[in-house]
Order: sequence, then C-alpha cells, then structure tokens
Amino acid sequence: MALSQIIIELLEGLAVSVRIFLITLLFSLPLGLVIAFGRMSKNNIISSITKIYISIMRGTPLMLQLFVVYYGPYYLFNIKLSPTYRNSAVYIGFIINYAAYFAEIYRSGIQSMPVGQYEAATLLGYSKFQTFVRIILPQVIKRILPSVTNEVITLVKDTSLAFSISVMEMFTKAKALSSSQTSMTPLIVAGLFYYVFNFVVAFLMDKAEKKLDYYK
Amino acid sequence: MNLLEMKHVKKSFGNLQVLRDISLEVKDGEIVSIIGPSGSGKSTLLRCATLLETMDAGTLKYEDTVVAENDPNGKAAYADKKTIRKVSSVFGLVFQQFNLFPHWNVMQNVTDAVINVQKKSKAEAEKIGMELLEKMGLSDKANYYPFQLSGGQQQRVAIARALALNPKVLFFDEPTSALDPELTGEVLKVIKSLKDLKIAMVIVTHEMSFARDISDKVIFMADGVIVEQGSAEEVFNSENERMQAFLGRYKDIL
Ligand SMILES: Nc1ncnc2c1ncn2[C@@H]1O[C@H](COP(=O)(O)OP(=O)(O)OP(=O)(O)O)[C@@H](O)[C@H]1O
Ligand SMILES: [Mg+2]
Repeated sequence: MALSQIIIELLEGLAVSVRIFLITLLFSLPLGLVIAFGRMSKNNIISSITKIYISIMRGTPLMLQLFVVYYGPYYLFNIKLSPTYRNSAVYIGFIINYAAYFAEIYRSGIQSMPVGQYEAATLLGYSKFQTFVRIILPQVIKRILPSVTNEVITLVKDTSLAFSISVMEMFTKAKALSSSQTSMTPLIVAGLFYYVFNFVVAFLMDKAEKKLDYYK
Repeated sequence: MNLLEMKHVKKSFGNLQVLRDISLEVKDGEIVSIIGPSGSGKSTLLRCATLLETMDAGTLKYEDTVVAENDPNGKAAYADKKTIRKVSSVFGLVFQQFNLFPHWNVMQNVTDAVINVQKKSKAEAEKIGMELLEKMGLSDKANYYPFQLSGGQQQRVAIARALALNPKVLFFDEPTSALDPELTGEVLKVIKSLKDLKIAMVIVTHEMSFARDISDKVIFMADGVIVEQGSAEEVFNSENERMQAFLGRYKDIL
C-alpha cells in the first residue's frame, strides 16, 4: 500500500479523533462546572454524591469506564443497542470522565478566589449570579487555564482509547493497517499526526493564556 | 431622623464576645471616626452595619427602614431579602485591602455596578465615573488596570467606585493602613475633600490627627464596648483611663 493511501486512511481516522476531542470538550467543560457546584454544595447529600462520582471517575481507568458504558446496558439490564451505539458510548464515557477532572479544576480555582472579591461585589449590590458571572468566573478562567491545558493535551492522546471498543479513530486504523501491512509506517505516521494535533492545541491554549495576560 | 441607628448590638465568634453592647447613631452628612486598640471590634461593627456579618442581637436601622431588631427571644431577626436589597443602596464600604476587580480597568471598576446594578446607561455611568475620577485626581488613569496603580491610587479608585452608586453613608475600614506612609496622605486628603459631598462618613482609623481634624463625632471603642463618644475635643481630652492609655501611643503626633 502506498504511503499516500496510508495517509488518507489515517486522516479519516484523525477526523473521528478530532470529533471525539471536540464533542468531549464541548460538553465536559460546562458539565464540569455544574459538578463543581454540586461538589461545593452546602447540601450534604449532593456534595457526597458528587464527591464519590469524582473519585470513581479519577480512580478507575478510562478504558474500563468506556467498557462499562458500552457493554453495561446489555450485561446489566439486558438492553440490546445497535452497533452504532459505540460512537455514543465513546462520547458519553469521555464526557463523564473529563467532566470530573474539570470539576476539580474549577473547584480549586473558585476556592482560590479571595473572599474580598465577593464582599466588594455584595456591597456594590450585585446578585449572586452576577457576582459569579461578571466577577468570579472571568478570574477563575485565567487562574485555571494552565491546568485545563494539561487536561486538554491529555485528552488528545486519550482519544486513542476509543480503540478499546473498536471505534474507527486514528489509532484503531493505524493498528489495523500496521498488522495488515506488517509495517511500522502507519503507526509512525499516526504518531506524527497526534504530535501535530497536540502542537496546534498547545499553540491555541498558549494564545488564550497570552490574551488573558492583560491583568495580574 | 437618624440615617443610621444601631442599638444594643451584640456579636460573638464562638466563645469570643466581640461586640458587647454597642449603640450608636449617625446623622445625615455626619462624619464619625471610630478609634480604638486592635481587636476591639471596630471592623466587626462596620461589617455588621454593612450586612457582611449578622448581629446576634440588637437593632439596625437605616432611615425609617428596620433592617434587624430583636425577636421575643432577644435574638436579632433580619428583614426579608427585598427590604435588605433596597436598603443596601444607602451605604457603601471602602475596604482596607481595596478589593478592586483586577480584570477590569479603572473606568469599568467604577461604572460596572452603575450600569449593571443601578441599570443606568453606559454614557450616564461614564459621565459619573469621569467626574469622580477627576475628583480623585485620577482622570488620566481611566484605562489603567489596578495592578498598574500604586496602593494609594487603587484606594482612590475604590472610593470612586463606592461613591458612583451615590450612597448616603460611606464606611471606611482603615482605608490607609495597607499603604506606605507617603501614600497615606493623598488618600486622607481625598477623604477630607469628600466633606463637600455632604454624605455621611464612618471611618475606622488609626490616624489620630486625621480623626481629630475631620470628625463631627469620635467614638472610642475597647473590648467590644464604646468607652467614650463625643466631639473630637471631648474625646481626645477625656480623662478616661483607657482613653488616656490608648492615646499615649499617639501623643507625639497630636
Ligand atoms: N470571622 C471571625 N471569626 C472569628 N473571630 C473573628 C472573626 N472576625 C473577627 N474576629 C475576632 O474578633 C475580634 C475583633 O476583631 P475586629 O477585626 O473587629 O477588630 P478591630 O478592632 O477591627 O481590630 P484591628 O484594629 O486590628 O483591625 C478579634 O479578636 C478577632 O480575632
Ligand atoms: Mg479592623
């Protein structure tokens, strides 16, 4: 098989990887904020449940979680889902896993905000919602951006775990091509693509950090 | 009618009784200084008056609005949220640590609440903002961010931010004690210049000569009670032993 053919096949896989990456971020970033609020809730039941949830998500392998999401409905409840469910399973697995990591990042950011910011806002008459949206969140975003960047870069590499439930993303394709061609080339090209993918992500995150450098 | 009335205010943190039985009144346009040793409860008193803390017992009244008064069990019962929200526009507070919003420039710091809380137009808010910044001697700093300003300038922005909402009484909690001595003067000068705005001011301060010069009334607090109150002359010349002991430390500058 010609190199160009390999590249085309892998690019198709890369499109799937990018889609997993984007959909995961799109949903896990806001969901993480909701979970962070649950974790900080004064209601003991809510905060305990979210605490357990976060600790399971962070304490077990993502690959195992993908298996549970994909096979769980059948093994646990005897629900038969169509094979295309594997795509949804990947999204669900990644979103609930990453939301837990983001929740902890948000929480540490929110808790690091000085109480004086809240008190000044209260004295000026801002509602709780306004205080959070206008004053707290923008500063929290700046504080947590470096940790978010780390997670996002890990996510690029983690998309390859989707191979475990046979989703046709780039790593799955590279592995298949490599064994059918008995060649290292597809794996090396895939590695190169992951590297470039991450390079672009790091570049964009760095731009975002610079953009928030206008204040201290 | 009194602008502010606090009667028999009590406040404890755990076993520590910080305010024992404080009663004070502030009239429209009156300038009141609160002095006293560290830990005597001055900040706690301001925080109760500005609703950052809740009193355990006592009455808190702004004009004719009762914010809190004792229930039959002798515990302070607060008015509903709506009343509290309404009364909150009567007072403002200037913090020791300024607490400016670092992600906004000076003009945004001063005008954002005017626009988003008081719902005035941006143009109107900026007109108010510019006038106040001029009064504070900061008209050339409107586009600066807080981290680009000296402590004294930051505190003046904080004063402008509080004044922009047009309060009837402005509380200051040691507005200069986070500042280097050479920056203290500029802030005290600005506070003195607010006299012609005719708003009431309640100022906790360790600057004795400033308190003596500016105040209509001086309150000396120690251990959670008011030991002396009256005109500056009366209080500073008081024979009271604790007052004398406290003032002893400042004798050279008075
Ligand atoms: N949130 C709190 N929890 C527990 N104790 C507190 C709290 N706030 C104040 N205190 C205690 O209450 C006492 C009075 O504090 P406060 O800050 O009102 O004194 P102050 O007169 O303002 O002193 P300073 O001149 O040092 O500012 C102190 O002993 C302080 O440690
Ligand atoms: Mg204090």
